[in-house]
Amino acid sequence: MARALTRPPRKNPVLRTRLPTLPPGARSRVALGLTAAAAEGRFALQACRDCGAIQYPPREACHACLSGRLAWTPQDGAGELLAETTLHHSNDLFFRERLPWRLGLVGLDAGPTVVAHLHGDCAPAPARVRVTARLDRAGQAVLVALPEQETPNMADDKQLRELTCDPKFRKILVTDGKTAVGQALVRQLAAAGADLIWVGYAEPWKRFPGFDELAALPQVSLLPLDVTDSRNVRELAAEIGGKVDILVNNAEHHRTYGIANRAGVEDARAEMDVNYFGLLRLAQAFGPAMRARGADGQASAVAWVNLLSIYALANFPPHGTFSASKAAARSLAQCLRAEMRPAGVRVIDVFPGPIDDEWNQLLPPPKLSPAALAQAVVRALQDGVEEVYPGDVAQEWLARWRENPKALERELAQ
Amino acid sequence: MGARQGYAGVAVAAPVTVPYVRYSVRSAHWFLARALAGLIERAGLRKRDIDGLAVSSFTLAPDTAIGLTQHLGVSPRWLDHIPLGGASGVVALRRAARAVQAGDAEIVACLAGDTNHVDSFRLTLANFSQFARDAVYPYGAGGPNASFAFLTAHYMRAFGATREDFGKLCVAQRANALDYPHALFKQPLSLEQYLGARPIAAPLHLFDCVMPCAGAEAFLVLSEARSRALGLPYARLLGAIERHNAFATDPVQLRGGWAMDRDDLYAQAGVGPGDIDFVQTYDDYPVITVMQLEDLGFCAKGEGPAFVRRHTFTRDGSFPLNTSGGQLSVGQAGAAGGFLGLVEALRQLTGEAGPRALARAEIGLASGFGMINFDRGLASGAAILARAH
Repeated sequence: MARALTRPPRKNPVLRTRLPTLPPGARSRVALGLTAAAAEGRFALQACRDCGAIQYPPREACHACLSGRLAWTPQDGAGELLAETTLHHSNDLFFRERLPWRLGLVGLDAGPTVVAHLHGDCAPAPARVRVTARLDRAGQAVLVALPEQETPNMADDKQLRELTCDPKFRKILVTDGKTAVGQALVRQLAAAGADLIWVGYAEPWKRFPGFDELAALPQVSLLPLDVTDSRNVRELAAEIGGKVDILVNNAEHHRTYGIANRAGVEDARAEMDVNYFGLLRLAQAFGPAMRARGADGQASAVAWVNLLSIYALANFPPHGTFSASKAAARSLAQCLRAEMRPAGVRVIDVFPGPIDDEWNQLLPPPKLSPAALAQAVVRALQDGVEEVYPGDVAQEWLARWRENPKALERELAQ
Repeated sequence: MGARQGYAGVAVAAPVTVPYVRYSVRSAHWFLARALAGLIERAGLRKRDIDGLAVSSFTLAPDTAIGLTQHLGVSPRWLDHIPLGGASGVVALRRAARAVQAGDAEIVACLAGDTNHVDSFRLTLANFSQFARDAVYPYGAGGPNASFAFLTAHYMRAFGATREDFGKLCVAQRANALDYPHALFKQPLSLEQYLGARPIAAPLHLFDCVMPCAGAEAFLVLSEARSRALGLPYARLLGAIERHNAFATDPVQLRGGWAMDRDDLYAQAGVGPGDIDFVQTYDDYPVITVMQLEDLGFCAKGEGPAFVRRHTFTRDGSFPLNTSGGQLSVGQAGAAGGFLGLVEALRQLTGEAGPRALARAEIGLASGFGMINFDRGLASGAAILARAH
């Protein structure tokens, strides 16, 4: 059984911080289909549309009937552990620093045999396991065999923790504690075992509702942070940047205008200043230190979370300028992801549908509660995914957008 | 399917080894050039007499056999590049034999060689195949260690093999290697040392794993008449098989392509397993030797452990195996590992084995196995050779 993780000792500032190394990240283009699904927390393999045969490793043609029509199809991952090994030697730096390392050969019930990372709680072969896909520190999908049933401390397994961004014992910055979403995030991150949570608030001369409840949490430290103030962001990074393991950027400015029903650019500029430039300021100030701490012991820098919006995918005209600012932030997050990848720091984008707050008052339900959104963020960290679409509205928009983006554009313009 | 034509009239001659080194600053071209020069010298030929060339190498990239023709200044009328690793020796022999029989070439030089720089093995592993890059290398072992650890663990569980069984093969081969001048391992190995070695990928320990090195092996394929005219001792090719991606639906490899084609092999050769005086298996890990002994009919599937316990595998013993020490004691010079057993078989059959000469060496079998593309070896082959009288 996996040993429960204990709080890491304080870092000795004299010792050298190990530089991050990554597992091998090269993949063929077709294999990136596995990564695309794993980035959303799904395990999918190619299934032949003509004969149904399941394929692995990823292929360009069906191994059974040579059809070229292979579709990525969700899998339950049930299978049998056929053989296992424990590596005591590796030519690869990343694994060399983490030996011993357990691997399994698993025969999936669906057909293929796969090589997978093997969770420490899996019984010796032959044993039933369930295989799933996770992103590794290189940001590429790998398969991991888990015990069929949940075990105590399962998430604390040394190998699994290399594939996740679990908040447990990590130090987290939440950039805006003033909103209901921010407060729900802080509470749920604390409940998930965060070691320390810095919570920003933009107007330090005002006590916002909920301030005292937040301040009463033992993990929480409230700090003035206005993401539109470059100097403020830089100074905060100088103070705590070297310790932030997870940054959750939930600072958001939201107004409900399109183009014609509002004169001037002030509101749109304010949205861009928080939603887009705010992300850019934070990334420039906090990114370098996080990149340097990608392998800093058991609680290394591990993730950056952006609160975006499902409107980032396709413009919702009644919230037109807000949609545009979130689309800009989504694009910048892709840049940030590329720049954080060499350090193994995951960039997680959260795309909620309308949140049940003041600025979505006129939208019909279902609306996403701040608690549900916060839960989705914690889950995304624990699963180590890259994209989350929490709630029914986001899921439906995503499906419509994937199926036909032009159709969605017309439908949103009704 | 009709019976295959035999290999009548084909001679295999001039076993050549370019001495192995652990690391080299030379390129694969250097080792292959030395191998070709060795063949020419051994056979008393001029370079232009070589009109067929077969080349196997992992580290020749970006070149292949065609680039090597210009590099070495040869102009063959028959050329083959055989990227089949441990099966490349048998496959080169089969193809060259047909070329000679058909008259497409008179004298085919079969070369295999690789260099080994300090970091080249890791780079070879990283780019070994698309499946390996997508589905094995990202998991940390990269190379064949983890794959053979799975096969070994599974075989041990399925048939009750023990570490002592595999150790017995490794220890016997080391004893065989002590009389082989090109072996990189020159110290005796005891079973205690084998069992006490550090783990590499459980259940594999240090002496279960082949050591990468640099070197080359080569031989000539020509007609018996030409070989006699040159005064070259030679062996006759009685039969040969190859098979690729056999038993693809087996969830884990317990058998190789030999099991599919061995009846054909023995029928073509006109001999049975009981007529074989010695066997050279492909032995990058001992488990695959045991599978070859089973699949080539020396014992039934699953009886490998009992077979191992029954024989000595030394040259003076009951079942001479890998009489030059095999790759486990000589070293694995990349694709040359797929030639090592054939070249040693030739030495035994042409009276060139020196102190390693077996008391009886009339018919020998050499087998090959290669290309762990994903979870198993895909290529297998075997050849039965006989002393020419």
